Order: sequence, then C-alpha cells, then structure tokens
Amino acid sequence: MRAVRFSVITAAAAVALTAVTACTQKSGTQDAGRVVDVTAKDDSCEVSKKAFPAGHVELAIENKGSKVTEVYLLFPDDRIVAERENIGPGIKQKVTAEVKAGEYVIACKPGMKGKGIRQEVKATGGTVAKRDPKLDAAVADYRRYVQEQADETLPRVEAFVKAIKAGDVPAAKKAYAISRLGWERTEPVAESFGDIDPKVDVREDGLEDGQKWTGWHRLEKSLWKDGRIGAGEQALADQLLTDLQDWQKRVGTAEITPTSMANGAKELLDEVAQGKVTGEEDRYAHTDLVDFKGNVEGAQKAYELLKPVAAKNDPALAKELDKQFAALETLLDKYRTDRTSYEFVSYDKVGKDERKELSDAVNALAEPLSKLAAAVVK
Amino acid sequence: MTETQGGTPSRRAVIGWGGAGIALGAVAAGGAVAMTKAGSDLDPVGAEAGGAVEFHGAHQAGIATPVQDRLHFAAFDVKTDDRAEFVRMLKDWTAAARRMTAGKEVGEGAYGGLAEAPPDDTGEALGLKPSRLTLTIGFGPSLFEKFGLRDKRPAALVDLPKFPGDNLDRSRTGGDLCIQACADDPQVAVHAIRNLARIGFGKVAVRWSQLGFGKTSSTTPDAHTPRNLFGFKDGTRNIAGTETGRLDKFVWVGDKDGGANDAWMHGGSYVVARRIRMNIETWDRAPLQEQEDIFGRDKGEGAPVGRAKEHDEPFLKAMKPDAHVRLSHPDANGGITILRRGYSFTDGTDGLGRLDAGLFFLAYQRDPRNGFIPLQRKLAASDALNQYIQHVGSAIFAVPPGVRDARDWWGRTLLSEEA
Repeated sequence: MRAVRFSVITAAAAVALTAVTACTQKSGTQDAGRVVDVTAKDDSCEVSKKAFPAGHVELAIENKGSKVTEVYLLFPDDRIVAERENIGPGIKQKVTAEVKAGEYVIACKPGMKGKGIRQEVKATGGTVAKRDPKLDAAVADYRRYVQEQADETLPRVEAFVKAIKAGDVPAAKKAYAISRLGWERTEPVAESFGDIDPKVDVREDGLEDGQKWTGWHRLEKSLWKDGRIGAGEQALADQLLTDLQDWQKRVGTAEITPTSMANGAKELLDEVAQGKVTGEEDRYAHTDLVDFKGNVEGAQKAYELLKPVAAKNDPALAKELDKQFAALETLLDKYRTDRTSYEFVSYDKVGKDERKELSDAVNALAEPLSKLAAAVVK
Repeated sequence: MTETQGGTPSRRAVIGWGGAGIALGAVAAGGAVAMTKAGSDLDPVGAEAGGAVEFHGAHQAGIATPVQDRLHFAAFDVKTDDRAEFVRMLKDWTAAARRMTAGKEVGEGAYGGLAEAPPDDTGEALGLKPSRLTLTIGFGPSLFEKFGLRDKRPAALVDLPKFPGDNLDRSRTGGDLCIQACADDPQVAVHAIRNLARIGFGKVAVRWSQLGFGKTSSTTPDAHTPRNLFGFKDGTRNIAGTETGRLDKFVWVGDKDGGANDAWMHGGSYVVARRIRMNIETWDRAPLQEQEDIFGRDKGEGAPVGRAKEHDEPFLKAMKPDAHVRLSHPDANGGITILRRGYSFTDGTDGLGRLDAGLFFLAYQRDPRNGFIPLQRKLAASDALNQYIQHVGSAIFAVPPGVRDARDWWGRTLLSEEA
C-alpha cells in the first residue's frame, strides 16, 4: 500500500511499461510502419496513423501545447499498456510497447487530468514477438493464483464484516489480519486497479484532500484505537465487501507479463521494506507480520512459477533466491509458534535489533529479486 | 593520480588542474587562500582536487593520503557463514572500489542496460569528478570468530577496554568490517558506500555509518591546520603523509611485528573509530580563557601556551595540568604518536534542540596497545575537555595492506587459501 493514490497509478503504469520495453532491447527492429507520431496539444491529440501492425510499436510524442501533458496507450477498458507522464511543452518523448492485434486507445491528458483527449487505434494482423510457452504457462498459472486469492479472500472478508455488523469487537479483531492475506499476497496486481486500492487499503496519512477514509485501515483504527463499532463502521464494512467484490470480478482481466510478475515479486518485498518492517502498515493492530508473511508468500509464488526459465538463464541467481527465500521464511517462523497458522507475534513486541534483522533479511532477498526480470527475458 | 585502463571514464580525472584547482583546494580547506602557496603544483591538496587517487599500492589509500574534505564511514556485520561467498563479495567489492576510485561507474554503469532490471550503478555520481575518493577496508575483532579465522586474529587487534566516561551506544559500536570512504565531494563518498552496501546485501549488512565533513586533521605538511567544532585548530602535530620514517615507525605494521599468524597484516595498520559527541551549547557559553586553558592553545593562532606561533614547540609545563594538549602530546606519553584522520559531524539536532554534533575520531597506528589505548586512558581520566565531550560510539579494525595490482583483492592476505 502506497501512501498517495497518484503514486499507485504510477506504479501500476511502471509495471506495464517495464513489461513491454523488454522488446525494445531485444528485437531492435526499426520498422517505420510501427512508429505512431502523437502530437499533443491543449485541445487535441493527433495521431499519424490509426492502424499499425501488431507487435512492437513506438509512440513518438511531441507536446505542442502549453500545458504539461501525459500520453497513454490503453486497452479499451482503460487498463494501461504503456504511458509517459510529465511531458512539458515543446518536449519530445518516445514510448514503446508490445501489443497484440486488437483495439486500443491513445489518450493525451493536457494538464495531466481527467480522461484525456482520445483516439481509437487498431493493431492489425502482424506478428507478436516469439513467445516462450514456459513463460506463457507461468503467466497463466499466476493469473489463476491471483484469481484464487481473490476468491478465497471474499469469505474471510465476509466473516470480518459479519463480526463488525454484530458489534463483536473481539471477533472482528481476530478476523482482521487474515482477511487481508489474499490481497497482500497479490498486491501489485491488486494495486493495478488504481480505483480499488485507495478505497480498501489506504492509510490515514495517504488520504488526499477531500478523500473519505474507507477500507481495512479505517476499521482497524476503530477496532483497536477507539475500541467500538458504530453505525458508521457497519456501513464501512459493507462498503469494504462491495469494493472487494469488484476486485474479485476484475482481477482476472489484469494485464500480466513475465516481467511484470518478476518485478511484482520485487515490489512485494518493497512493500515489506517500506511499510511492514517499520510497523507503519498496521499501526493500531500490530499485525504487520501477517501482511509481511503474505507479501513474501506472494513473491515466492511468482518466483516459483518463473523459476524454470530463470534457473536456466541465470542458475546462480536462482540458487541465491532459493537460499534467501528460505532464510527469510526461517526467520519469520521465529515469530509464530505454529508454522501452519498465521498467528504471529504482535509487531509492537518486536524489538529494535529484531526489526534490524528482519530488515537485513528483506534486503538480502530483495536485491537479487530485483534481477529476476532480467533473468526471465534474457 | 592516474586513470587505470578499461572503460571510458565517466568522471574525468583532472590532471594539470592548475591555479583554479589550487584556489578550490584552499576553499575546501577552510577558505585560507593565503595559506596556500600560489602557483605551487607540489601542493597535493590543491593540485589534485577532483583527481583520482591510485587504488593499488603497498599500503591502502586513505591512510597517509592527503586528507579529503568529506567522509562516509560504514561498519558492517557479516551475514553469511559461507567463506567462499564472503571471499567472492570481497573480490566484487575490490573490483567496484577500483572502478569508483578511478571515477568510473560500477559494473555496466547507471543506464543503457536492460530496461526491466535495475542498473549496476546507482548513478548519483555521474558527471562528478573522482574527487580523490579513497576506499579503505578494515576487519573487526568479531570477524575472527567466523570462517575459522580465530588463529589469524593479530595480538594487536585487542578489544578496546571500557574507558571512564564512555557512554557507548550499541547501534554505533563495533562491526565485523568497515569501509572508510573519503572524498572531496560528499556525494562521491556516499555513492561509494551505497554501492558497496548494495553489492553486499545478503552477505553483509550495514551496522552503522557516519558522515563527516570539514576534516579536523591534516596529513599534508604546511597546509592550514583545520579547526574542530569547538573552533580550535586540531592536529597541528599530526603525521604527514610524506614522513615515511614516522609512518613506518608509528603507522605501518612491520615485518617483525606480531607472530607468524600476524604476517598477513604486514604493511597494514590498525584504526580506532570513536564517535565523540560535543556539548556544543555549553561549550559556547564557556569563557574564552577557560576554552584556551582546556586546549592549552590560543584560539586565534593556535599557538601553545606562552608561545607565539602555532608550530612553535609547546612548553607543556606552562599549560594547566589537565590541558588537552599537555595530556596528549607525545612528549608526555613516552613518544606515543598516532595518525589522525578525524572529521566533524553533525546529524541535525537531538530532539531537545541541541546540535547532535561532534568529532568522528579516526586514529591509525601500528599497535593500538601502545597507541590509542594508553593515550585515551590518560585523557579519559584527567582531560579538562571531558566535561564538554562524551564518547558515544566505538570500534576497532585491522586494516590490511594495500591491494597490489589489478588481480589482487581486499583481504587476500587474510582469506586466500594459498596465502
């Protein structure tokens, strides 16, 4: 969970961008038919062609307007294929993407606000970059995993919501951390739906002006800090369930690539390093180690699925990752008595030296994990 | 001093920097332009400001090297129990240090590589000069409890005793190994530690680190003596980098030092690092006479009590019995001499609004048992300065000899199976 909603969108876009630029590096083909000139002005968004061959596409953007703009290549349902932000007046930028045949939208957003000025474009016929069936299988398996996690989350959230609506504070407290596990395991994908994350997983300090605080952490504060449940909390619980049902419905459509899986695994460790190790994530409930565990499990799942390819391309890296995942798991096990349960020590009972040890172990894993994407596309 | 071969330098060594460089060096040394001999290209501070310091040699750079203006010192804990993996990391560190001290990027650089992987180099030193960066490694006593090294621990690498008045913070004390990064540009020093820490993740972890500025000791003869945060000139009688006789006598470990198991240290040295907090606000309220009595020198010129010029021979008996200079002078300690490379630090304020500032004291010596330890025992017992300072961090490291050539690596004499 990032503090500011805007950066969530940026992060999701960055995943998409890194996922597609691999092809720039690899193929190096310069096909003029695949360059689309995009001229962005304050009141128009002109494209040099409305149809181009599927495969490697380059948007050559020039901002001829007076406002800072951003340009997106979108799927028709608004998922981001590629984007470039902060293009100042008079500035030229290039964005590359690997696209399959189909309908797309190019959107310019002068002032970087709103839905933007849109052009429908089409990728036709053509060839898509040669695909590795092992990586396709990894993506398919991961997509299944992501859906499973959402499916399994819903009943747990229902139990949490039921306890709140019954006014049963102890039962709600007990159900809180476990209701978050599936979300935490698949956070980079969950966050890629930029409109859901700020409703369900935002912390108080991450709110924008005028944004109403909803979701897990709002209820966490009521349960632990205020110790009471009122009509407001009951309504918030209902809304949490509704928002997560939305997630469950849409998560299967997320754009997932081998490199976004790999970098998503690294991002899960970033979540741990920035939110959990510090105890900021669940500052009232102190259930940070449950989220921590969920993040590590999700990262490990993505890694295990990519490992057949990664181990072939970079055996030393795979060996190091196996070792560091195991070391972190062992370290986490110190904080629970039963290895099959998610009953972890309350994080406010974890001392300074122990937090340092956890932080060191996270760095030891996250640094080699940041090299996984490169090993996958080698 | 010269660029080593291999790769295009991203930060160019500036050779023949000339007059502008001398002026720049003087500014870095405290604005005392008049102290610098105009036009002299023998002034190592001025002539090489921005240049590269040779990484290879009999001794590690960063000890007798003219003191740069900035410091980032980091102590690490070893996290691996695999000796081969530790050795691999030291070799990776050496390769990275060789490149960074020559003003080059780590590995394949900071950009232009694979888009979905982080770059090898973090990039914040791109476009900056080598800035006389030196990187110096040391091994702490606790390292010798690992990797079956217990027999190789030199007798001179003792655990420091508890000195009266010490108030050591565990999170600023000790460490299995250390890296001292000195440079004229703080960003270059920080870049070096950051990249080494990154290479080390999983093998070592940073235990603590300290940034320093405004060198408080000079190892350059005739250069202006810098001032510490109490406003006094410090290090007037320090060993100069050119005094090979005194360096051999007091700093470098000799061939006959120690036993057979200490042979790996020949050409090395021992460093003691102390984080000394200064009670700045109360010091600033101390009368001038008290301040000068405490040091045993005057504040303006830096002359010893009863003398006219800074470099005049001190007459110790003219000073108060508890004066800092009187107690620490070699003449009062049977000739004990250490090489100091201390830096001032300030880490902002402490929550009570007091400056969290002081001296990060670094002392190199041939044997701490007759260097820092007896000196500090004496100072801790009687130094008048003690009411204004407190030692809050402490560490000691054995600093191995230099990396000889492009195939050598940090720690080879200690860890190589064939050595």
